[in-house]
Amino acid sequence: MGKMFAIVLVIIALASAYPIARHMYVPPEDISTHGHAIDDQLSDTMAEAGFSFLGAQLVLAFFVWKFSERKEGAKLKNFPGGAKLMVTVAFIIVGAEVFALGVLGQKAWANVYFTPPRPDALQIQSQAGQFAFYFRYPGLDGKFGAIHPDKIDEGNQNFFGLDPANDIESRDDIVSGELAIPVNREIHLLMHAKDVGHSFYVRELRIQQDYVPGLDLSVHFTATKIGRYEIVCTQLCGLGHYNMKAYLNVMAQDDFEKWLKQKASEQ
Amino acid sequence: MQEASAQPAHVHAPPEGFIRKHVFSLDHKVIGKQYYALGLLAVCMGMALSWLMRFHLVWPTTRIPGLELLSKAGAPGGIITPEYYLSLLTMHGTLMVFFVLTNAPFAAFGNYFLPIQIGAEDMAFPRFNMMSFWTTFVAFLVLVLAFVIPDGPPISGWTSYAPLSAVGQDAGPGMGWGMNLWGISIAIFCIGSLLGALNFIATTLDLRAKGMTLMRMPICTWAWFITSCIALLAFAVLLPACILLILDRTAGTSFFIPSGLVVSDRLQPHSGGSPLLWQHLFWFFGHPEVYIAILPSMGIVSHILINSMRKPLLSARVIIYSMMSIGFLSWMVWGHHMFVSGMNPFSSLLFSFPTLTITIPATIMTMIWLGSLYGANIRITSASLFALGFISMFVSGGVSGFFLAQPSIDIVLHATYFVVGHFHMVMGVASIFGVFAGTYFWYGKMTGRMMNEKLGQLHFWLTFIGTYCIFMPFHYLGLVGNIRRYSAFVNDFTGPLMPLHKFITIAALCTGAAQFIFIFNLIYSHFKGKPASENPWEGTTLEWSIPSPPPWNNFGDKHPIIYHDPYQYGVKGSKGDYIMQDSPEPSAS
Amino acid sequence: MSSATYPSVRVAASAKVRSAHAEASRSGIWVGICTITMSFMAFISALYVRQGSSTDWTHIVLPRILYFNTLALLVSSVALELSRRALAPVHGSELDRGAVRRGLGCLTATLALGLFFVAGQYEAWRQLAAQGLYLATNANSSFYYVLTAMHGLHLLAGIGALLLVISRLVVAGNRFRRSTFEATAIYWHFMGVLWLYLLLVLRTKL
Repeated sequence: MGKMFAIVLVIIALASAYPIARHMYVPPEDISTHGHAIDDQLSDTMAEAGFSFLGAQLVLAFFVWKFSERKEGAKLKNFPGGAKLMVTVAFIIVGAEVFALGVLGQKAWANVYFTPPRPDALQIQSQAGQFAFYFRYPGLDGKFGAIHPDKIDEGNQNFFGLDPANDIESRDDIVSGELAIPVNREIHLLMHAKDVGHSFYVRELRIQQDYVPGLDLSVHFTATKIGRYEIVCTQLCGLGHYNMKAYLNVMAQDDFEKWLKQKASEQ
Repeated sequence: MQEASAQPAHVHAPPEGFIRKHVFSLDHKVIGKQYYALGLLAVCMGMALSWLMRFHLVWPTTRIPGLELLSKAGAPGGIITPEYYLSLLTMHGTLMVFFVLTNAPFAAFGNYFLPIQIGAEDMAFPRFNMMSFWTTFVAFLVLVLAFVIPDGPPISGWTSYAPLSAVGQDAGPGMGWGMNLWGISIAIFCIGSLLGALNFIATTLDLRAKGMTLMRMPICTWAWFITSCIALLAFAVLLPACILLILDRTAGTSFFIPSGLVVSDRLQPHSGGSPLLWQHLFWFFGHPEVYIAILPSMGIVSHILINSMRKPLLSARVIIYSMMSIGFLSWMVWGHHMFVSGMNPFSSLLFSFPTLTITIPATIMTMIWLGSLYGANIRITSASLFALGFISMFVSGGVSGFFLAQPSIDIVLHATYFVVGHFHMVMGVASIFGVFAGTYFWYGKMTGRMMNEKLGQLHFWLTFIGTYCIFMPFHYLGLVGNIRRYSAFVNDFTGPLMPLHKFITIAALCTGAAQFIFIFNLIYSHFKGKPASENPWEGTTLEWSIPSPPPWNNFGDKHPIIYHDPYQYGVKGSKGDYIMQDSPEPSAS
Repeated sequence: MSSATYPSVRVAASAKVRSAHAEASRSGIWVGICTITMSFMAFISALYVRQGSSTDWTHIVLPRILYFNTLALLVSSVALELSRRALAPVHGSELDRGAVRRGLGCLTATLALGLFFVAGQYEAWRQLAAQGLYLATNANSSFYYVLTAMHGLHLLAGIGALLLVISRLVVAGNRFRRSTFEATAIYWHFMGVLWLYLLLVLRTKL
C-alpha cells in the first residue's frame, strides 16, 4: 500500500502540474500599462510554487516508496544533517523567496496604488448598486453634480440621484450603463457604492477594487487595446451578485468623442 | 465499584444514571465524543449543502426532487433560486468553519485526549466543560433554525460583510430573522469556545502528572494547548463584533453603516458607520480561526506519523516552536483578506510581509515531516495513510497561499475560485484528513473496538483522489478569473469552463458518496469491530497505558509518573521497539 | 495501585489533587481575565476606528453619579481585601468563629457596594436618557451604553460569585472552598481596574 501511495501521489502531482505547465488556464491578455509587472510576478510565483509543489510531493512519494513496510527490524536512520539542516535550509530558501517576492513585488503594487493619477486623466464616476453598474461623465463643465440619495429613482433612470433643477453641475452629466473610454488615455475612475459593498474587476485590465459604502475610493488605469471587456462584481452583494456586470468599451479617441456626443443627446 | 473511603479525592464523583453518564456528563471523554458527534452531524449537513451547490452550478434547471420540502420559497419545484444558493453557501461555510473545523480536531479530540495524555483524570473545570459543549449545541440549534423559518437562512456568506449583513431585511431574502439567528448563534458559539479554551489552558498548566514537564507533552497536546491560547483571544474579538452587528440590525446603531445608503429603494436611517470596521474585527478573529482549524490536525498527524514510522521526528521541539510561531504570526496578518478592500494600500504591504513570513515555520514543519520519513519503517494503516495524505494536502494548500499573500497578485486572484481552492485544500481537506487520521487511530481507544482497516483504506483512496479531483481544478478556474459566490456562471469567459465545472461536480458527488463508507465503518465497528487491546498500535504516550475504553477516571487509582519524552521509538524496550512514557525502564541513550 | 494502600499515601494523593485544583482555579481566573480584557480591547478599537471613520463624533458629558459609583467599586475592593485578611488560612489549625464572622461582614459590605455600583450605573443610564441620549442617538452614546452594559454584565457575574462564596461561608463555616474565594477576589479586583480604564476612555474619548 505504501508503494501504491507513492504511485498515486506522483500521478496526482504530475496531473495537477500539467495544465499549468501547458498554460491551459491563464488570465486573459493584459491590456493595461501596469499589468505586465503583475503578470511577471505571477509567473515568477508560479515557477517557485511549481518547484515547491512538485519537489515536496515527489520527495514525499519517494520516501514513502522507499521507507514504508520494510521488513521487521530494518535499520532506522536519520536524514543527514537532521533538524538543524531542515531549519537552516527553510530559513535560507524561503527567507530569500519571501524577501524577493515581498520587496521586489511591492513595485507592482506601487504602480497601481502609490502613483497618483495624472492631472489630465479622464475622470469618470462609477456607481455600484444592487445589481448594476452605472457610469457618469462630467460633461463639458468637467464637474460632477452632487448625489442626492433620496432622489434616486430607478424607474425614471435617475440612478445617481441627480438634481439638475437645483444643481447646475449635474445638468450636463452623462450617465451610461457601459464604461466607454478612449484607448491609451489615463482614466481616473471614481467609485461610489449606492447600497452595500461591491467590487469592480476587469480581468484584462488587471484592476480589482472594492466599493465601500461611505468611502470615496478610486482607481486609475490606462487601457492599451481597443475592444469590449467584461466588468464583473466580485463582492457578494445579494441575490443578483452573479449577474451584476457591465462592459468596458475601449475605443479610439474619435469614436469615443462621437459616443460621448451621442450619449449626451440621449440624456 | 470501590468503597468511598478507599478512593482518593477526585474532580467529581463517578457518574450514575443514564443522564449523568451520557447526556449531561462531566467526563471529558463523554464531552469529547459529544463534540465529535456534533461535528459529524454538522459535516454531513455541510457536505449535503455543498452537493446542492455543485449540482445547481452545472445543472441549474434540473429538478432536485424533494428539495421544495426543505424550502418552498428557496427551491420551488426543486429548482434552487439565486438567493437560496447564497443561503446554502452561507450555511455551508458557517457550519464547516465553526461547527466542524473548530469542533472536531480541537474540541472533540482535544477534550478526549488532552487530560489523558498529560496524566490527569479530567479537565480542570468539568462543569465548565459540560457547559461549553451544551452552549455550542445550543448555538448549533439556533443556526439550524434559520433553515426552518419562512424567510430562510442569510445570504451574506459566512463572512457576513456589512452593510449587507447590517441593514436588515432590505438587503434581501434571509436577511431579516435569518441573519439575526446567524449573529445570535455565532455569539453563543463564541461563549462555548471561550469556556472550552479556558479549560484546556488551565488543565495543561496545572494538572500535569508528576514528571510530565511541558516538553514531555505529546505534540498533539501542544497543538491543542497552542490552539486554545489562540481561541481564547480570537473568539474574544468575534463576540464583540457580533454584538455590534446585532445592535446595528435591531437597535438602530451605526457601527458599520454609513449614511446615504439606498437599499431596496429605501434610504437607510443610519449614518457614520464603517463597513471596513466589520472587516477588521471579523478578520482579526478570522485569520487566527483558520489556524485554530489546522494546528490540531498538524499535532494529530505528527503524533500518528511518529507512531507509524516507529521513530521520532528529527525534532519534536522544532515542530512545537514552529506551531508557536505560526500561532504568534497569525495575529499580524488579518489584512491579507482585505488587500483590495479599500483600506490604506500601504497597510496591504505591511500585512503581506508577515503573511509571507508564515511560510517559514510552515516549510520547516513540512521539511521536518518529510525529513523524518527518511530511514523510517512506516506501517501503512488507514490512520497513517491519512497522516501522509495530510502532508500532501498541506503542501498543495500552502503553496497556493503563497500567491494570495502578495497584494499585486491578489488583484488578479481575489474573490476568484483560486481563493476557494486554497482554503478548501488547507481547511476542507488537510484539516479533515487530520480528523480522519485521528479517528482511525483512536477509535479503538475511545470505544473498545477497532475500525475496519480494509474499509478505512478504501475510504482513504477514494477521498485522497477525490478531493484532489475536486479542489485542484478550482485553482485553474481562478487563474482564468472565475468569480466565487456566483449562483450561476453567465460571464462571457465562463462558458468554456463549464466542462471543468461538471468534472468537479461529479468528483464532489462521488467523493461525498465515498464518505458513507466512513460513516458505515464508524457505526459497524461500534458493534462488530475487533475488540481493542490497551495498546493496539504499540504507542508510547499515556493514552496507551489505560484500558480501551478508559474507566471514568482515566487512570483508576493510579497517578501516573512520567519518566520519558513522548516518542521513545526505535529503541530496545521491554515490550518491543518502544518505551512508554510512564515506564520506569531507562531511556535509549 | 490497589485500594489497600496506606492511608497517608491516600491523603497525600487527595491533598495533591486538591492543591492542583486550587492552582487550576487561579490559572483559570487569570485566563478568563485575559479573554475579557481582549474583548474589551476589541470594543475600544472599534470605538477608535468608528471615531476616525466619520465626522459625526460629538461629546457627551458623563453623569456625575459615575464618580460616586467608581468610589463605591474601589471601596468594595478594599472591603474584599479586608475579608481576605480575616479569612487568611491559619497554619495548622482551623479558622475561629470570629474570623469567619469578620470575613463574612466584609464580604457583605463588598456585595452591598457592588450592588450600589450597579444601581448607580442604571441611574446614570436614566440620566443620559433624560438628556435625550439613547443607545442609537449617536456614536458616542452607543459606545457609552455598550461599554457600560458589558462591564455591568461582567460585574453581575462577579456579584453572583460573591453570593456563592457568601452562601458557602454561611453554610460550611471555616470549611469553605478557598480556591473559589480567591478566584472571586481576583475577578472582583479586575472588575475595578477594568472600570477605571473604561472610565478613562469614556472621559477622554466620549
